[in-house]
Amino acid sequence: MTRRSWIGWQFVAPFLAVFALVFLAPIAYSLYLSLYRTRLIGGTSFVGLENYSKAVEDPQFWSAAGRVSLFLVVQVPIMLVLALLVALAIDSGRLYGSSFFRISIFLPYAVPAVVATLMWGFMYGSQFGLISYLNDWFGITLPDPLAPNLVLAAIGNITTWEFVGYNMIILYAALRVVDPSLYEAAAIDGAGQFRIIRAIKLPALRGPLLIATLFSIIGSFQLFTEPVVLRTIAPNAILTYFTPNYYAWQLSVGGQQFNYSATVAVVMGLLTMLVAYLVQARAVRKAV
Amino acid sequence: MVSAPTIRPQARRRAQPVAAPRKRTRSWSLTAVTTVMLIYTLLPLAWLFISATKTQDNLLGSFGLWFHGEFALFDNIGKTFTYQNGIYLRWLGNTVFYVVIGAGGATLLSTLAGYGLAKFAFPGRKAVFAVILGAVAVPPTALAVPTFLLFAKAGITDTVWAVIIPSLMVPFSLYLMWTFSRDAVPDEILESARVDGAGEFRIFFKLAVPLLSPGLVTALLFNVVVTWNNLFLPLIMLRDRNLYPITLGIYSWNQQAQTVGGDVVFNLVITGSLLAIVPLIAAFLLLQRYWQSGLAVGSVKQ
Repeated sequence: MTRRSWIGWQFVAPFLAVFALVFLAPIAYSLYLSLYRTRLIGGTSFVGLENYSKAVEDPQFWSAAGRVSLFLVVQVPIMLVLALLVALAIDSGRLYGSSFFRISIFLPYAVPAVVATLMWGFMYGSQFGLISYLNDWFGITLPDPLAPNLVLAAIGNITTWEFVGYNMIILYAALRVVDPSLYEAAAIDGAGQFRIIRAIKLPALRGPLLIATLFSIIGSFQLFTEPVVLRTIAPNAILTYFTPNYYAWQLSVGGQQFNYSATVAVVMGLLTMLVAYLVQARAVRKAV
Repeated sequence: MVSAPTIRPQARRRAQPVAAPRKRTRSWSLTAVTTVMLIYTLLPLAWLFISATKTQDNLLGSFGLWFHGEFALFDNIGKTFTYQNGIYLRWLGNTVFYVVIGAGGATLLSTLAGYGLAKFAFPGRKAVFAVILGAVAVPPTALAVPTFLLFAKAGITDTVWAVIIPSLMVPFSLYLMWTFSRDAVPDEILESARVDGAGEFRIFFKLAVPLLSPGLVTALLFNVVVTWNNLFLPLIMLRDRNLYPITLGIYSWNQQAQTVGGDVVFNLVITGSLLAIVPLIAAFLLLQRYWQSGLAVGSVKQ
């Protein structure tokens, strides 16, 4: 039996102390900052929701929010479908050297986003990249991935590379715990591979896929490292309001606009929670 | 609402051998298709290794996926460690420091808390649990700017604490340890130790921690990855180059090389990147057995 006493608090308290300091306090402080404005003359004054109405009308903020929304709608499905296909392929038991595939495809997860972005950025680039060689060899003109109209897709490729293996491992782990007797029963019924995938495996993956989708949505909305690092290689294609996080960072560090920066962070946090909630609600309704 | 995962670690270990003898004919065509994905995954890593063997001059004029000219890998490694008075080594040391204190501390805190939540019915437990589960969905990057604003007010930006304190809290790691504590530590063992008069913390360290070790290794490994690979937090918090972790250092070298008039050291950016990923890749390869089962437990949550 679990023990009913106050001693549990002694185990939980250290975590909660840090939690209060780096989770609750920053959120509370940002909410507080977002209600004030500091001017060079006149000092700090309470402005109510004025910062929020400024954000609502801020084209740079909406440009950033729109960009990550587009990113989310395109990149997340591509990445998750790829992860699902690889997980199904490895779980099928029909691959030669399947554990080698599993480990190798997961490896990019261990690579820091800085390094991943630099590698891909260099390969995209004209200096020592691969594109110019491909053009020369095949006598073609490939589009420049670092051009302003393609750079978002170029970033999508980098994040797909980083996280496809991680999602694959999560899905694969869920497939491994499917009761083997289900497969035996399916085989007796004469069900083929695709029928087994549709009737047994995909339903088993519903929960893990929802989790993976939620984490990917959150990750897309919070996109930061890849554009910041890629900007050193393609400064003209990536503006300082490329993503909401980038914008908030620029406002606080570059512009010293702490109050407005806090507002942008709060609005984006709320938008992320809203979208995550809608996806979850939809998924749950479908399941019922 | 989140309910308990239905699959326990012990149950899985028994299930594995049953699942194994699913005999099916292997398929070359499926292997070939999946190999396309494998090439996509390994191509940039091959590029990184090959490029790290080239001198700065050869880097510019040669095809990225094949060796060219002098094999300069060891020369590059030597330069990486000596450039700018050996600051790379200092950055590496900083990263190790942040990882040991930050990721180590995060693992300790979440193991204590996960065990506390799983094994004690203390007043207010449900509330604590609800708050922390809500926090799992909030990514660290969303908190970075607010935390920076708070720390700037408190005057602790540009110190090691600005990097370490936020990395101490990983709600997902707590979730993992809660699951493991519930499933891998039998209540009977704890009860008999209590009857023998052992204190709760002694019971935790002597009895529970050894039973929790597979989960601990998983949580630790993932906390290490998050801390080792983090750029946003140090970028936003630190100004002093001597406090940089390796990720921020590589970023600053690349920035310098891209700046007009800056010292062009792409060979060091590339070699520094290669050296920075070797320890983590090695850890994942060596600890496969642990993290794969650990992730499995984490993923069946719902």
